[in-house]
This record gives sequence, structure tokens and C-alpha cells, in this order.
Amino acid sequence: MRRWSLGAGRFAVTAVPALWLLLFFAVPFLIVLKISVSGMRLGMPPYEPLITWASSLVFELRVHLDHYAFLWQDPLYRNAWLNSLQVAAVSTLLCLLLGYPLAWGIARATPAWRNLLLLLIMLPFWTSFLLRVYAWLGILKNNGLINNTLLALGVIDRPIVMLQTDFAVYLGIVYSYLPFMVLPLYAAIEKLDQTLLEAAADLGCRPFRAFLAVTLPLTWGGIVAGSLLVFIPAVGEFVIPALLGGPDSLMIGRVLWEEFFNNRDWPVASAVAIAMLLLLVLPIVVFQHVQGRTPVVR
Amino acid sequence: MSNTRPEQRPEAGPDGTEPYVRLERLTKKFGEFVAVDDVTLNIRRGEIFCLLGASGCGKTTLLRMLAGFEQPTSGSIRIDGVDVTALPPYERPVNMMFQSYALFPHMTVEQNVAFGLRQDRVPRAAIRTRVAAMLELVRMREFARRKPHQLSGGQRQRVALARSLVKQPKLLLLDEPLAALDKKLRQHTQFELINIQETLGVTFVVVTHDQEEAMTLATRIGVMNHGEIIQVGTPTDIYEYPNSRFVADFIGSVNLFEGRLIEDEPDYVRVAAPELGGVFHVGHGVSAAPGATVWVALRPEKIQISRTAPDGAGDNRVAGVVSEIAYLGDQSVYLVRLATGRQVRVTQPNIVRQSSAGRLTWDEPVWLSWEPGSPVVVTQ
Repeated sequence: MRRWSLGAGRFAVTAVPALWLLLFFAVPFLIVLKISVSGMRLGMPPYEPLITWASSLVFELRVHLDHYAFLWQDPLYRNAWLNSLQVAAVSTLLCLLLGYPLAWGIARATPAWRNLLLLLIMLPFWTSFLLRVYAWLGILKNNGLINNTLLALGVIDRPIVMLQTDFAVYLGIVYSYLPFMVLPLYAAIEKLDQTLLEAAADLGCRPFRAFLAVTLPLTWGGIVAGSLLVFIPAVGEFVIPALLGGPDSLMIGRVLWEEFFNNRDWPVASAVAIAMLLLLVLPIVVFQHVQGRTPVVR
Repeated sequence: MSNTRPEQRPEAGPDGTEPYVRLERLTKKFGEFVAVDDVTLNIRRGEIFCLLGASGCGKTTLLRMLAGFEQPTSGSIRIDGVDVTALPPYERPVNMMFQSYALFPHMTVEQNVAFGLRQDRVPRAAIRTRVAAMLELVRMREFARRKPHQLSGGQRQRVALARSLVKQPKLLLLDEPLAALDKKLRQHTQFELINIQETLGVTFVVVTHDQEEAMTLATRIGVMNHGEIIQVGTPTDIYEYPNSRFVADFIGSVNLFEGRLIEDEPDYVRVAAPELGGVFHVGHGVSAAPGATVWVALRPEKIQISRTAPDGAGDNRVAGVVSEIAYLGDQSVYLVRLATGRQVRVTQPNIVRQSSAGRLTWDEPVWLSWEPGSPVVVTQ
């Protein structure tokens, strides 16, 4: 009786997240997968059914792989994909370069300061992401805060074009995702035993080498976690390139949007989504595999 | 048994040269707090010098200044004739064994030990042989490929020792080297440490709060209190000739009596101690004015306890009543209450297996007596 209730309890605990994933991840994924292999048509819905009944016992299954072939042939998608990877990679690197010293500073601050600084890192989340990106519009535009200030001070005599450039996209992404980098880095650095750095110095290791030989490997977990938390959403980012980027800032999220809403080509858009998912999941799986091989560090 | 207080031995080497390590008027302040207060100290080549004191006495700060982790507020440190006061830790010919061992968790035992040599760009082959030899010395060779978390506490301690010795430092600093080990292992490791030190001839400075550890390890001990060094001497000096009430009380157990100097000769003094209800006749001279207040320190094991009055009459004897007895196997501890109400602690080795009939019991009247060479007079 007791065993049964224990088993049931365990089942209930795992069933809730499992059900959640099934309903809001697996099912939508399968729907998108299905649309991606359906033929396109004009009408509502804008795709053909996958299965058609010829008679009561005969049905036809028509799987269209041509959308995927189309993705492969049309350089637009490949370029968008590569461009997204590049933007995400560069942004991740920038976040890491900014976030590491930031996290280090917070972790080494006095406890009272530490809490305040952590609060400041999380403070932007009180405001909607969309609003914060819109706020950057106001700051960056030709008659925005920066240009007006510089004009008034006489530093420049005509506005610097910042909006609708790659610069604005990078700025927006780094600004938005920096906290996701800082928090795991902070957690890793805070755990790092300071006496290990003293031991390294004692054994003749200069500070920079000690950073490479001791600090970096021991905070590697935080670096990986932070980088994934920035990289993954940055690849599929739509709002930031759409609002801050120029018409030529081609990112996969934007292509997807246009395919769905401008071209109303749901099958191709779905194929883009599936391809993006696979191309994202693959490097992560490889990464996790590599991570799994390095022994656990206590 | 003439007991004159031995002269402080000269700390310079036998040839009269400068001492190996010289701390000169070293002071460290943290804000208003003075952690180390004007310490001048000489350490000889090849000795095991123990800094002994309660926690917060400044001994760890002193050690960290030697390692270079703390910059002295004033004063200087010279090692083997070179002023290292301003050198960062990575440029000092000094290595440290940390209390927590501070082994790099992401490296194997081998890599941990090799770390210091790699910083000095020692050739690979030389690193391999020196690491192997060092691991052999601490008997950890078969664990070379293990990570620290796969080792026991004692094994980690040996790896930490190997790592700090492999660079053949001029000075090895050990911060509570045995504190993390259990008692049996600690006693065993103490002698191992001494053996290794004798094999390699490296100068050790050990910080400890454990007086037994200090007594076993040290060639000389520096007793610290409130950032100052109170007394420096061999374990015997410190135990038998404490220079103050603090040292007498800190090392081992002691019966301290306040008294007044009533007779002051070059080779003996007599001290009237109201708490004793008698007079101490102490077989060494002191530098204090007659009539001055002094303290007499008498170790429990230096007191004889007997049922009958000792022969003759006079000083260095007192009658009392046994109030407490603790049988510890190798020795027995008696608390004897004097007529003045003062309790005196007496220990006697249990040389013969006592029958219960021969044993002293509670409330038995006894005589306590001691030799003139046993008590020590301290003036501060």
C-alpha cells in the first residue's frame, strides 16, 4: 500500500512536467513538423492535408520534402541562418567579455554591496523586454537622446546613424541578454575558493596565468551555462533585429516571420522553423557530450 | 641542581653571520586593529620554528606576510640575505602548505605537484622525475593519477606537502598542517613531517594553536599573544623557564601563586605566597627589587605528594587535603586543598600498579613538597 502510494506520488511529480512538455512542446512541434511536409495551397488553412481519403479503406499520404530542398537551394535561408549564428556568436562573446569582470566584481564585493549589485542586474526584468527595446529606439534614433546631446554639445554637426545598423542589433542583444550571462557566471565565481588563487601565486604563478590555469577551468561551468543562455535565444531573436536592425540585417527569426505573415507560405516557414531547431539542437548536443566527458569538478 | 635561567641563544648562525630569516619590527594593521605588533624575529637555517598562540593572536597574519599575501604596514622581511618585503608571492623563494590544503580540484595529484615547476618552465623530463621523487617521499606515488576529491584527508595532506616542497623553497610555511587530521593520524604525521624536514633540510615555519604539536615538531617555539611574540625558545625553555605568567599558563598546566620577594640572592630567592600559606625557596635569581610582587609557577608533575611530612622543616612544603582524584592510567591527577582554601594540581606517574589499599583517597590529609629547582619565578 505504502509502496503503491510512493510510486503514485513519484508518477504524479514527474507527470506534471511531462504533460506540460507534451502539450506545449511535443504537440506543437509535431504540428509544425506536419505543416512543413505538407503541400502549399491558397486558402484557409494555407496548406494541404497530409492524408487524404481516396475511398473508405484507401488513403493517400503525401509528404512534401521539397520545402527543405528549397531551403537548401535558396541562398537566402542559408545566409540568414549563417548570419544569425554569427550575430549570436559575437553577441555571446561580447556578453562574456562584459559579464565576466562584472560577475567577478559582484562576487568579490562585500555581502551588502553584493546583494545590491545583484538586484541591479535583475532590475531591468521588471520592465517588459519589448518596452526596453523600444526605449533603445528613442535613445539611438537620429533625433534621439545620444545624437541630440552630442549635437547640443557641438561634438558632431550631423546626427550619427545608429538605428537600423548591425551596431544597434548587437547593442540590443548584448543589453538584453547580459543578465543571463552574469548570473550563472556569478554563481560559479562566487563558489571559487580564493585560497586556490593564493596557492597558485605561492607556487610562482603570475596573476594572468593563474586566471588561465585555475580560475577559468574552475568557472567553466558558469561560462558554458551563461553562453548557452545567451546564444540560443539570440539565434532565434526576432524583436531586436526587427526594431533596431536595418532591412538588410537578415536573421533567421525575421525570415521566419516574413515567410509566415508576408508570404503566407506556412509549409516553408515551418520547414525553416524545423531546420533552425535541428541546427540549434545539434551543436548543443555535441557540446553537452563534450562537457559530459570532462570529469565532475567538486 | 643549579638552575640559572639559560641565556637566549644567539640566533645568528654558528659562524656569526646574519640569521637565515629575519623579521625586523614587522607590524600589520587592519584599520585600527593591530594584528601583528612590532615583531622582530630571527629564524635559523634548517630549523622547524613554531609560531604558537590562540586563534586571533596574529600568528596566521605573520605567516601570510612571510608568504607575501599580506603587505606589512611597516618593518621588513629578509630571507637568506635578500629583502623580500616588497616582493609578490610568486617571486618569493617561499612555499606554503595551506590549512585547507588548497589542492587544485581540476588537476590530478601529479599535476598539482608539477604546477609549481611548470611555472618556472622546468623541462618536462625534469618535472617528471622530480614529481615522482616527491610523491615517492610522501608515499603517494600510486595515487598520482587521482583527483583530490578521490583522496582521504591524510592523503590530501601529503599531496599538499609534496606540492609545497617540490620547488625546494628556502622556507616552507605550514598553516596548522595537522589540524584537519584525526588524532591518531596526526601523531603519526608529526614524526613523518620531522623526518621529511630532516631529509630535505628545508627551513620550516609552522603555525599552530596546538601546544603538543608545537612541542613535538619545533626546534624552537615563538609564543604569540595579541600580535606580539612573548617568548622565543626551545620547547624545554618554554616549558621549564616561561618568562611570564601568560606563557607559563598557556603551555601545559601550572599552579600560579602570587607572592612577595622577601629574600633576593644571586643564586636563590624566597617568595612569601599568602595563598600557599608558606614560602617558596626558588633555586634561581631574579631581576626584581626586594618586596616586589612576583608570581611563582609550579608544574603539577614537579610536586611530590605523600602521607607523611617530608624530613626537616622549612620552605617548599605545605599540608593539604585531597579533594579530587582523576585516574588517567599513565598518571593520576590530584587536586589538593590547602589550609588557605587554594586548590593545587598535582600529577603523579603511576609507576607501580597500585593496590586499592595503597592509593590515596578523597579527604585524606597529605603533604606536598618540591625541590628548589622546580618552581619558576616570573615577574610579569
